[in-house]
Amino acid sequence: MPLDLPLSLASLAVVLALASAASALATRQRPALMRWLVMPLLGISGALALTAGLGALAGGHIETMSLPMGLPWLHWQLRLDVLSGFFMALIGTVVIGVALYGPGYVREFEHGRDSLPALGGFTGIFVAGMMGVVLADDAFMFMVAWEVMSLSSYFLVAFQHEHAPNRRAAFLYLLMAHVGGLSILLGYGVLAGFGDGFAFDAMRAAQLSPGWATVAFLLAFFGFGMKAGLIPLHVWLPEAHPVAPSHISALMSGVMLKVAVYGFVRFTFDLLGAFQWQWGVLVLIVGAVSALLGVLYALMQHDLKRLLAYHSVENIGIIYIGLGLSLIFLGTGHPVLGVLGLIAALYHTINHALFKGLLFLGAGAILHSAHERDMERMGGLLRRMPWTGLFFLVGCISISALPPFNGFVSEWLTFQAALQAWTLKSGVLRTLLPLASAMLALTGALAAACFVKVYGVAFLGQARSRPVRRAREVTLGMRVGQGWLAALCLALGVLPTFVVGALNSIPQQLLGQGLAGSTEHGWLWLTPVSAETASYSAPFVLGGLMLAWWLASSLLRRGEVRKVRRCDAWDCGFAPPNARMQYTATAFAQPIRRVFGGLFHIDESVTTTEDGRERHALHVSDRFWGWIYQPIVRATNAAARRVTLIQSGNVRIYLGWSLGTLVVLLWLIS
Amino acid sequence: MVDFLNPTGWALALLQTLLFAAGAPLLVAWVKRIKSRLQNRRGPSLLQPYRDLHKLFGKEAVMAHTASPVFRAAPYIVFGATLIAASVIPMLAVELPTAAIADVIVLVGFLALARFFLALAGMDVGTSFGGMGSSREMLISALAEPAMLMAVFTLTMSAHSTNLSSVIEHVLNSGLLLRPSFLFALLGLLLVAVAETGRIPVDNPATHLELTMVHEAMILEYSGRHLALMEWAAQIKLMLYGVLLANIFLPWGIASTLSAGSLLTGLIAIVVKLALLGVILAVSETVVAKMRLFRVPAFLNLAFMLSLLGMLSHVILEVGA
Repeated sequence: MPLDLPLSLASLAVVLALASAASALATRQRPALMRWLVMPLLGISGALALTAGLGALAGGHIETMSLPMGLPWLHWQLRLDVLSGFFMALIGTVVIGVALYGPGYVREFEHGRDSLPALGGFTGIFVAGMMGVVLADDAFMFMVAWEVMSLSSYFLVAFQHEHAPNRRAAFLYLLMAHVGGLSILLGYGVLAGFGDGFAFDAMRAAQLSPGWATVAFLLAFFGFGMKAGLIPLHVWLPEAHPVAPSHISALMSGVMLKVAVYGFVRFTFDLLGAFQWQWGVLVLIVGAVSALLGVLYALMQHDLKRLLAYHSVENIGIIYIGLGLSLIFLGTGHPVLGVLGLIAALYHTINHALFKGLLFLGAGAILHSAHERDMERMGGLLRRMPWTGLFFLVGCISISALPPFNGFVSEWLTFQAALQAWTLKSGVLRTLLPLASAMLALTGALAAACFVKVYGVAFLGQARSRPVRRAREVTLGMRVGQGWLAALCLALGVLPTFVVGALNSIPQQLLGQGLAGSTEHGWLWLTPVSAETASYSAPFVLGGLMLAWWLASSLLRRGEVRKVRRCDAWDCGFAPPNARMQYTATAFAQPIRRVFGGLFHIDESVTTTEDGRERHALHVSDRFWGWIYQPIVRATNAAARRVTLIQSGNVRIYLGWSLGTLVVLLWLIS
Repeated sequence: MVDFLNPTGWALALLQTLLFAAGAPLLVAWVKRIKSRLQNRRGPSLLQPYRDLHKLFGKEAVMAHTASPVFRAAPYIVFGATLIAASVIPMLAVELPTAAIADVIVLVGFLALARFFLALAGMDVGTSFGGMGSSREMLISALAEPAMLMAVFTLTMSAHSTNLSSVIEHVLNSGLLLRPSFLFALLGLLLVAVAETGRIPVDNPATHLELTMVHEAMILEYSGRHLALMEWAAQIKLMLYGVLLANIFLPWGIASTLSAGSLLTGLIAIVVKLALLGVILAVSETVVAKMRLFRVPAFLNLAFMLSLLGMLSHVILEVGA
C-alpha cells in the first residue's frame, strides 16, 4: 500500500526512538554504546520522521491507523495529515541535528557520576512522546503522549540533580506542566462532551454553542500556552531549559515548544473549526506582550543558555502574533488573509526550531569546551572555535530577523498579514493591528541588539577568563550537527517560495482555503497577497549582496595596498586595551535597562567590604514572579496552615473524621 | 505589476544605483558647506568627500591584533547592504524592476543588517569606545525602528501596498491632498531619519574623542579602504533617507515612463529636492544643540507618537479614502 507509506515510516520512527531508549540501558556497562548505538538510532528515527513528514506534506493525503492499545472501546488512533506531517518533519530535522551532535557532547558524561542510561533512555522516550502527540488522532492517546513528553523531559531537566537549583527548576516545571496538562484535558473534555467521544473525528463534528466554544478555546489557550511559555505563564521556561544538557535544551526549546504550538493549532483551527475574532484579539495581545517582554528579559541575562530560553518566549510570542492575526481575519470573514497569518506563524515555527536548536547547540559547544555559561567570562571564541563561531553567527542573524536568512521571511509575512488591517471594518481592530506590528518591530530591533551583545561579548574581543582562553574547537560530529541546522536556516531564508508552497497545503486541508497567489510569479518572487501589494525576492537579495561585496572588494582596492598590516588597537591613542577594559554584557545592556527600567525588578547595591573595597552588585529579575506567583505560593501556604488545624496526631480523632466523611458520603449518594 | 524581464528597466536600475553611490558624498559636502556658511566659515569644497575617499582607498589598511574575520568582512557587508537598500528605492523613476525585489519592510531589514555588522565590528577589537558605540547604536535603532515602521504603515495602509513604487504612484495619483496622516508620518519619519543617520541632535558626525559619539566610536578602529567603505556607506544612508522622504511625500517630478525627457525631469527634481532637504538639515543642525544620550528616547518617543497620531488620524478621519 504505497498510500500508507508515510504513516508506516512515522510509526517506525516512534519505534526506533523507543529502541534508542531501550538500548540506553546497556550503557551502564558499556558507555561507548551511547555513541555507537543510542545516538545513531535516534538519528535514524529523526531521518524517518523527516521523510514521513515530507511525504505527508507532498502527498496531501490523510492516513489513519488503529493500534490495538488503549481503552477497550477506543483503540489508539494514529493519523498523519499535512499538519502532523509538517510537525513530524520539524521534529525529525532537529532530532537529526541533535543525534549528530550528541555523541561528542555526551562524552564528558561517560566518566562522570551522571547516569548515562537515564540520559539516553529519557531522551528516546521524550522524542517518542513528542512524535506521539503529533500523530495522535484521539484525545486519550494525545494526553498519554503529552504526559510521556512532559514526564520524560522532567527527568532530563533534573538530570544533574546534585545542584539544588536544578531540582527546584525541575519541580517548578513538573508542577506547571501538570497545571497546563489539566487545562488541556478539561478543554478536550468540553469537546468530548458535545461530540460524544474522544476521537478527534467526533470532536470535529461536534456542534458547540459560542459560549462553550469560548470556554474550550480558553482552556486550550491556557494549557498549551503554559507549555509554549507565553507570558505570564513562562516562569518555568527560563529555569528549566538552561539546566538540561545542551542538546536536550535544543530539543526542548526547538521542538517541545513547537509541539505545544501544534496542539494549539490542532485544537483551535482543526477541532473547534468555528472562529470568533475576539479570540484572535486575545491571542494577538498575549503574543505581542510575550514577544516584547521576552526579548527585554533576554537582554538582561548574562547566562547564555538562560538568555536563549528567554528568546524562546519572544519567538513563541511572534508565532502567536501570527496565529492571532489569522484568527482575527478568519473570524471577520477574510479567509485568504487568515491563511496568510497561519502560514506566517507556521513558517516562524519551523524557523524558530532551526535557529533556536542551532543556538543551543552552539551554547553547548562553548559549555563543552570552555565549561562556561556566563558570558561575562567569555570573549574571543571566534578565533578558538571558528566553525562554531560561524554557525552561531548564522543563528544570530537568523533570529534577529535580518535578510536574507529565514527569520526575516516569517516576520515579513507576519507584517504583511498585519498590514492588511485596512480590510477590516472595525476601527479598533484597524488600530490594534498596526500597533501590534509596531511592537513586533520593536521586538525585532531589540533582538538584534541582544544578539549583537551575545556575539560581540562571547565570540569577539578578547577572552575574559583562563578556561575560555584555552577553549578548543569541538569534534567533527558536533560541528556537522550545527552545520546541518545552519545550512537549513540559509536555505529556508533564500528559497521561501518553496517553503510557502509546501505550507500551503496545510490551510487547504484544515480550512479549505489556500494562498494560491503567493508563488504564482515563479520561484524567485514571493508575493503573499498580490504582486501589487508586496513582493520579496530572496534569491535576488542574496545575489545582490554578493555582487556588491565582489564589486567593493575587487574593483576598489589597488594592487599595492591589498595587504593588511596588524598592530595594536588604536583606541584613540590610549594604551592597548586589555581584556578587562572591554564592554561587558551587562554594560552593553545598561542603556536599555535604564530606558525600560520599570519593567524589571532591579536590585542594585554598592557595599563596602571589610578591607575597604567597594563591591557593586546588580540583580535584574522577572517581575511576574513577584506579581503573580508569589501571591499564589503565599495563598497555598496559608491554606495549608488552615488545614493543619484538623491534624492533631490523635488517632481517635482521625477515626472520627473518617466516620464523619463516610456518613456525609452515604447521605450524599442516598 | 512591474515588468521583471525588461532589460531597459534593469539597466536603468543599475544606473540609478551607481548614481546613488556617486551622488551620496556630494550631498554630505553640500550639507557641510551650508552649515559652514551659517557659521560664517567658508567650508570645504564640494569635492572634498571624494578626495577623502580617494585618499583612503589608496592607503594601507591597518587592523588590530585582536581583530577577527568579522572585522574584516563587516565593511563589505555594511556597504553591500546599504547599496542594495539604495538600489530598491525609486529615485528617478517608478516601476523599475529592482523595486519589486524588496518592499519597504525589506528596506528596513537591509539597514538593520548593515547596522548589525557595524555594531559587531565595533565590539570586535575589544576597545571600550567600540563597545560603547555599539551599545548606544543598538539602543537608538531599537527605538527608532518602531517609529519608522509606524510612519511607513500609515502610508501603506492608505496605499494598500508596501511596495515603494506603488506607494509613490498612489500619492501621485491621489493628487495634492492635505492629509493629516501624511503630515504626521512625515514629521515622524523626519525625526527618525535624523536619529538613524547619526545627525545632531542625536549624534554628531563631526565629533571625535568625545564620550558623546556613536557612529564614529564604532568605526574608530578602521583605516584605509575599510574606513572608506564605512564612510561611504554612511553617506549613502543619509542620501537614502533623503530620497525616501522626498519621493514618498513629494513625489512630483519622478518619471513614470522610461523616456529620456521624463528621466531628465526626474533627475532635476530629485537634485532640487535633496538640495532643499540638505538646507533644512543644515539649518536644524545649526540651531539645535546635541542632546544627552538619555534624552534620545524621549526624542524617538515623540517620533513614534507622531507616527501613531498619523495612523490614528488615518483610521478616524480617512476611512474609505
